[in-house]
Amino acid sequence: MEKRRSIPADIRPIISSALVISVAVGVFAVSFGVVSVASGASVMQTCALSLFVFTGASQFSAVSVIGAGGSVASALGGSLLLAARNGVYGLSLAPTLRGSLGKRLLAAHFVIDETTALASAHGDLRLRRWAFWACGISLYIFWNIGTLIGALIGNSIDPETYGLDAAFPVVFTAMIVPHLRTRNGRRAASFGAIATVALAPFLPIGLPILVATLGILFGVSPNQSEAEPI
Amino acid sequence: MSWWLIILLAIGAYGFKALGVVLLGGRQLSPVLQRCLVLIPAALLGALIAKDTFTTAQKFSVDARLAGLIVAIGATWKKVPLVLVIVLGVGSTALVRAIA
Repeated sequence: MEKRRSIPADIRPIISSALVISVAVGVFAVSFGVVSVASGASVMQTCALSLFVFTGASQFSAVSVIGAGGSVASALGGSLLLAARNGVYGLSLAPTLRGSLGKRLLAAHFVIDETTALASAHGDLRLRRWAFWACGISLYIFWNIGTLIGALIGNSIDPETYGLDAAFPVVFTAMIVPHLRTRNGRRAASFGAIATVALAPFLPIGLPILVATLGILFGVSPNQSEAEPI
Repeated sequence: MSWWLIILLAIGAYGFKALGVVLLGGRQLSPVLQRCLVLIPAALLGALIAKDTFTTAQKFSVDARLAGLIVAIGATWKKVPLVLVIVLGVGSTALVRAIA
């Protein structure tokens, strides 16, 4: 049994990764706060979005549609389409998030791109749980503090100047590696990548990623003589 | 901005998040379904990497983010700790963007 008081050695890299990702995401939250207030939302509404919606792409989409003079219905449609992939993440995280219904309902709020990526990179259930909760809680804190700062100050450093827009593909690249060890994993990843970029110009935002989910159908045929990644 | 948008979006977004977790929580699944579900991160991370690197405003584009991706692939290959992968990837994107 490991010591209870100190953080176990195998957990430390998970926590430091979660914190670094959270800092990068926090800078985006500042710019979200700025864009949201500029689009006509109050400070309180801007913070409510980050506290209760807590899925970045949908939030940016909603305020940009409203800022451009769009209707509530059109803002809602686009944002919900972007949020739909979190439903798919929930399916993949369900075995990791076993527990009482109350705990699962709390965990559900943290089911987003980054938590799924970090948790699914680990084979061991204990490490997956740590990765999920560490990433979820730290991202939630940084996302909401960043939002408040941006909403109050009204200007932000440009994340792109510091290359922070690359933080997302960079993190996801490191996280996808364990999934590429099987033939089916490589097929699913290739299908997802090609489908998303190829369909981006033709489908409403958020929909190409849902089409990419069809890549999981490669799982219908078993991985011959290869170990499952998880 | 209308509070209705915020309330409906919060309910809808949470609904999606909770759907999978509650639907499958604790349930025993068929082997075929398990093999498919285990591929979700592969398919969606592949999609996100491609989208976040090669598209801008729904159009195909190649820019400094590609440098970050290449450095990240190299660093991951060399088994560099994740923290350093992020710093190197983000830093090289910023560098290429500053020079270009």
